[in-house]
Amino acid sequence: MKREAVTIGIALFVAALAGSLLIWFVGKSPLDVYALLLTSTWGTSYGIGQVLFKATPLILTGLSVAVAFKVGLFNIGAEGQLAIGSFATGLCGAALPAALPGPLAVALCVLAGMLAGAALAGLAGVLKTRYGAHEVINTIMLNFVASAVILWAGNAHFFVRYTTHTATISDNATLHHLGFAGSEANTSLVLALGLAAAVAYFFHRTRRGFEWRAVGHNPRAAQNAGVRIGSAVIGAMAVSGALAGAVGANYVLGYKSYYERGIGSGVGVMGIAVALLGRNHPAGIVAAALLLGTLSHGGLAVAEQVPKDLVQILQAIIILTVACVSVVRARRAHSAGAAA
Amino acid sequence: MTELLLSLVSLTFVMQVLRITMPYALAAIGGVVSERSGVTNIALEGILLMGAFGAAVGAYDTDGSVVVAVGYGVAAGMVTAALYAVAVVTFQADQIVSGVAINMLAYGVTPYLLKVFYNSSSNSPKIKGFGGKLFSNPVFWLALALMVVVQLVVTRTRWGLRVRAVGDNPEAAHTLGVSVNAIRWQAVLASGALAGLGGVWLVLSGSSFVAEMSAGRGYIALAAVIMGSWRPVWACAASLLFGFAEAVENNLQTYHLGIPNELIQTFPYVLTMVTLAGFIGRSRAPGALGRPFSAR
Repeated sequence: MKREAVTIGIALFVAALAGSLLIWFVGKSPLDVYALLLTSTWGTSYGIGQVLFKATPLILTGLSVAVAFKVGLFNIGAEGQLAIGSFATGLCGAALPAALPGPLAVALCVLAGMLAGAALAGLAGVLKTRYGAHEVINTIMLNFVASAVILWAGNAHFFVRYTTHTATISDNATLHHLGFAGSEANTSLVLALGLAAAVAYFFHRTRRGFEWRAVGHNPRAAQNAGVRIGSAVIGAMAVSGALAGAVGANYVLGYKSYYERGIGSGVGVMGIAVALLGRNHPAGIVAAALLLGTLSHGGLAVAEQVPKDLVQILQAIIILTVACVSVVRARRAHSAGAAA
Repeated sequence: MTELLLSLVSLTFVMQVLRITMPYALAAIGGVVSERSGVTNIALEGILLMGAFGAAVGAYDTDGSVVVAVGYGVAAGMVTAALYAVAVVTFQADQIVSGVAINMLAYGVTPYLLKVFYNSSSNSPKIKGFGGKLFSNPVFWLALALMVVVQLVVTRTRWGLRVRAVGDNPEAAHTLGVSVNAIRWQAVLASGALAGLGGVWLVLSGSSFVAEMSAGRGYIALAAVIMGSWRPVWACAASLLFGFAEAVENNLQTYHLGIPNELIQTFPYVLTMVTLAGFIGRSRAPGALGRPFSAR
């Protein structure tokens, strides 16, 4: 725990340093920009609400990446999975009869999103088990395919004329806002936290979760112990996709009230940083999502002063540093242990 | 329909295929060099993008000098590759995670600098004299020559043998006195130069830098590496197939055949998945691919 805190501390320090250089490069004062970033997020009630709003989908995509990681897989297709999931959520919400009770309507919409995400990611899982094709390349290719399919289906059937969004969802499927001075934070945060708890329970309290972790640690040993690798890989990819597919709850049911092309884009890639920073642990992921949610909303607030891409650069540096530092520290701990 | 088929055998079409193939092929032979040394190179995508950006900056500063564009682009590619090598060779960080981070970095740095240099978030200004004829473009001939050179270097030289040795069995190579990580550093840098040149080509044939213009080509090039079973010439052949697919896709969009354009655009991506599924297992990967090496 302490070791991980140090790793993350180093990563944040390196990112802050690199960020300072980039801010200084455009002729602004790093301290001013960082101060503005903090006050615009945690300084006001509205700011806190917006951070929670931004953190909600990050919890989901972070969990998505982490579940795949735990089983030794790298799902970088959360981007496409959340797009197709949000699209399905929007279509379901628009199609439901207005007489349906609210909780049922919400559940159906979220389920539709999760199923769509699971199907897309599951396909990459099948290609992996059946043909050995690397899930990294396939999930990226599926991102492009998902985006094209949505555009085609939307243009041909579902988008409101002359727009790239679907019809408005029925009222009973919309989620309540949490307050925070009119911010967009909504009850999908509860869903995200619930799913985080469910993932933690699954991996640490169930037999299947134990088997999946075994596949991640040592596939050959797991196979010898009778675990079916293929179904673990496909299952983990499907669960991973389902978690990303749930993102529509935040943006479609809790914010826009319709699916719009490009909604939530970037959140899938950020999930990788969230999972790495949170060390693939659900509690860590929630904390990391809050941190990156802060960066994400704060990045908008400082966009007047520095190009908004600063946030993406900082994330990439965080990922790179965590990847480097954790190896060095693990090796050092290992050799210290061997010497003792 | 006949009109479409006729267009596919014309000289214009052949030139179109070659033009599209070039960045795939350059990134793919770069990928071959890096992967034969044991380093998976997901970062090709980011290197392509940075190479393209470097080329645009160099060319714009000098009012369309191809030589400067190549110099800047290759340098940008090598700097990006060096950062990747620091992570995966020196620090032995996970290659997939680091590669994805490098790509994110490129996707963040290029629009950032685009905004700072040209006050635009979508593209650089047009560069004079770029986007012209294929065969009169010196970079085309340079790239063709490089494909032959890389094939010869990998299969016929002492350095190529060392690259293959540290990629297949680093422990054995180390025992024989080869510095595994030094060779890997050189191989990654070489792949940065080659993929960087691929990025230069994107700008040369398009006449300006457009945000995210690599558009997944680095990943497709990686599929071409696998399809070409980690051999430079065959990786080029696989790239030609992807170039052909993309050219056909472009033409299909102009001849309305009843297939929606949105779906036609997925052709190269779907082809990548299908070929990956078909070729993996049939081609043998370097023995130590993706495995970091530490002398201790």
